[in-house]
Amino acid sequence: MRHGKYRFIVGFLALPLLIYAIFVISPFVQAFQISTTEWSGLRGTAKSIGLDNYGKLLHSDEFWNALKHNVIMLVLVPIATLALGLFFAFMLNVGGRARRGAVITGVRGASFYKFVYFFPQVISITIISVIWFNIYNPDPHDGMLNSLLGALGLDSLQSSWLGERGIALACIMVVMVWANVGFYVVLFSAAMASIPREIYEASLLDGANRLHTFFRITLPLLWDTVQTGWVYMGIIAMDAFALVQIMSVNMGGPDGATDVVPLRLYQTAFRDSQFGYAAAMGVAMLVVTLLFAVLTMRFARRERIEF
Amino acid sequence: MGSTSEFNRRDLVKRAAALGIIAVPAMGTLSACATGGGGGDADNGTKNKGATSAKNPLGVKKGVAMEAFIFKGGLGDQYAKDAEADYNKTYGVTVKHTGTQQVGPKLQPRFAGGNPPDLIDNSGADHLDMNKLSAQSQLQDLTPLLDAPSLDDPKKKVRDTLYPSTLEKGKHKDTFDVLYYAFTVYGSWYSNKLLKDKGWEYPTSLDDMVKLCAEIKKAGVAPWTYPGKYPYYVHFNLFSQIAKIGGLDKWIAIDNLEPKAWTSNDAVKQVVEHYEELAAKGYFLQGSQGLTHIQSQTAWTRGKAVFIPNGSWVENEAAPTTPKDFDMAVGPLFDGGSGDKMPHGTVRAEPSEPFIVAKGGKNPVGGMEMLRILLSKKHAQNFATKVKSLTSVQGATDGMQLSPGLSSAAKVVKEGGQNLLMIQLQEWYPKLTDEKLGGLTSQLLTGDLKAAEWIKKAQQYADEFAKDDSVTKFHREG
Repeated sequence: MRHGKYRFIVGFLALPLLIYAIFVISPFVQAFQISTTEWSGLRGTAKSIGLDNYGKLLHSDEFWNALKHNVIMLVLVPIATLALGLFFAFMLNVGGRARRGAVITGVRGASFYKFVYFFPQVISITIISVIWFNIYNPDPHDGMLNSLLGALGLDSLQSSWLGERGIALACIMVVMVWANVGFYVVLFSAAMASIPREIYEASLLDGANRLHTFFRITLPLLWDTVQTGWVYMGIIAMDAFALVQIMSVNMGGPDGATDVVPLRLYQTAFRDSQFGYAAAMGVAMLVVTLLFAVLTMRFARRERIEF
Repeated sequence: MGSTSEFNRRDLVKRAAALGIIAVPAMGTLSACATGGGGGDADNGTKNKGATSAKNPLGVKKGVAMEAFIFKGGLGDQYAKDAEADYNKTYGVTVKHTGTQQVGPKLQPRFAGGNPPDLIDNSGADHLDMNKLSAQSQLQDLTPLLDAPSLDDPKKKVRDTLYPSTLEKGKHKDTFDVLYYAFTVYGSWYSNKLLKDKGWEYPTSLDDMVKLCAEIKKAGVAPWTYPGKYPYYVHFNLFSQIAKIGGLDKWIAIDNLEPKAWTSNDAVKQVVEHYEELAAKGYFLQGSQGLTHIQSQTAWTRGKAVFIPNGSWVENEAAPTTPKDFDMAVGPLFDGGSGDKMPHGTVRAEPSEPFIVAKGGKNPVGGMEMLRILLSKKHAQNFATKVKSLTSVQGATDGMQLSPGLSSAAKVVKEGGQNLLMIQLQEWYPKLTDEKLGGLTSQLLTGDLKAAEWIKKAQQYADEFAKDDSVTKFHREG
């Protein structure tokens, strides 16, 4: 039976592995190959130039500037998104006052909020960008945010948002958080649902308040999910391409203040016709992303709690 | 939740692939076409060429498919469809038409795969790099088109119906391979009605402009607006103003990326300082630095700002929000002082809307014939009527009843006479002008950057580009 088992496994795995190799592995290998050429992307042949593109990349201020913004996003966006996601999920599932006999409930109207939070997930990122670009419209009458501030008598807070060097990147990060938080509310809600109610009931009987139950019970029992969300969110933060491309002024401006690596890659490939150099950026991003994932997995490891 | 390690490995690789390597789709074609596509170097416009005749001087073969890719921006693409209808009738085919805003991303893989469309209107923010295409001899030499008789008068060559600058601008080195179909007037655009109502006069000098701005601001209107999302719109005025005051030869030094071309030119200092002054005195509509071109144009047509730097496509593009009695107009460049190298009335008016024919296409002759149809009087006039823009066909609109903006543009071109400026920097080095200098200009106009710093950094960027081997360089003679 032993032989039959292996043949059985190989038989089932061969096709998916082959497809995976063609559509996932081979582009990576080819991207690396292209990154060692000076291919313009406009004809079928290219000259090999070794690792010159990587040397150029190391000395490119533009690339480091873009990478810096990605790293800022990598640190801030997951923290904000996951913290909000956890908070909302907790309130929707555990945070409510006891009523109608049930000890553990969400706040009033929880199912409506769940729908509201999840809504951005349904819209394409392009539409989200366009909507928010118009919210940030600097015109004091046409711009939604500015006219709202004006109506509230907060004229001094009106700003040109995306046109302002100091806050443009923050404005884009806010949209990223807004667009993603709903997914984590749902994800964490699902995870919370699997935490046995008895644990909460016992702790409530012992006089724990919401803060205690959150930090002592919910968070530790959700740790695996949070960790997964962290990696996932970090990878989204490494991208940010569509948001920056559509929303930022002067493509990653003002004056490079919102530039990110994928946008630089896109511009290098399609505007400057330097596909080889752009591929080198892609490979560099792959390295950074892998590094991030490995480090997160290593340092966020905790003892698992069984229940 | 289950173990994370499995999720991680699988999804991580997937995600990274999706976000990192945009070039992936093009890669399959890379290896494929090294052997497949290409091979078209030998036939120079002879592919699918039929017999020539007086009616068919280029020799289009009847019934051979033709494909046109038309940029669908401020000018739309109806004018091209109208010309295609004529082509269809004559040559018994239906031209495959694509109207798009993304010429570059859509066609780049097709060029790499050796399967480009025949005729391309290569315009818009995402256009193809024509410098590279030309350097790699993927563009059809359009000389046969220039030497063919025009559709209206068999005794006149197409070459003789065009503005001379169209013949100059369409050249890469010695090859004429880009036909700029439209003729765009750049400058300060305004509403004649608004100026008349308020008793203001279009200023003749930079100093007069500053004085007028003070008056306008007092009246509670913003003197200027601009699209901060695309700050290079400001360069339409800023660059040509430098060329007007400092002289074309000194501007050509800038186009040619010569050392110290920016820093040694006094006109640069004068013009950039003028903008610094406008910014310092708050003469730009509040929030302009975050507006798109459409938003800034709308603010302008609603009378929130008096002047806007723009090109003559604005009349068509802003039509939906323009009041009927707006009376759109464009003015000539301002005088800097008595030392100006070019006279009053000088204006930047130059060919635009680049059409190219792909050498590797299936029917390059057909592509050229389409251009010959577009360059006929009938279609030049159709273009002027439909999209309110001039064409590169000289005098095609003479005697026509033109829209206000277009007739104003035609008027400044006529008054400019020989003094029509052409700026190449933006066409040749878009990264330098749009991204790098655009970044500087956006800061200059918000008052975050001083003129001296702008000039210093502009020179620094120009020097970097001059040194960069990966950028194809161009040269123009004085």
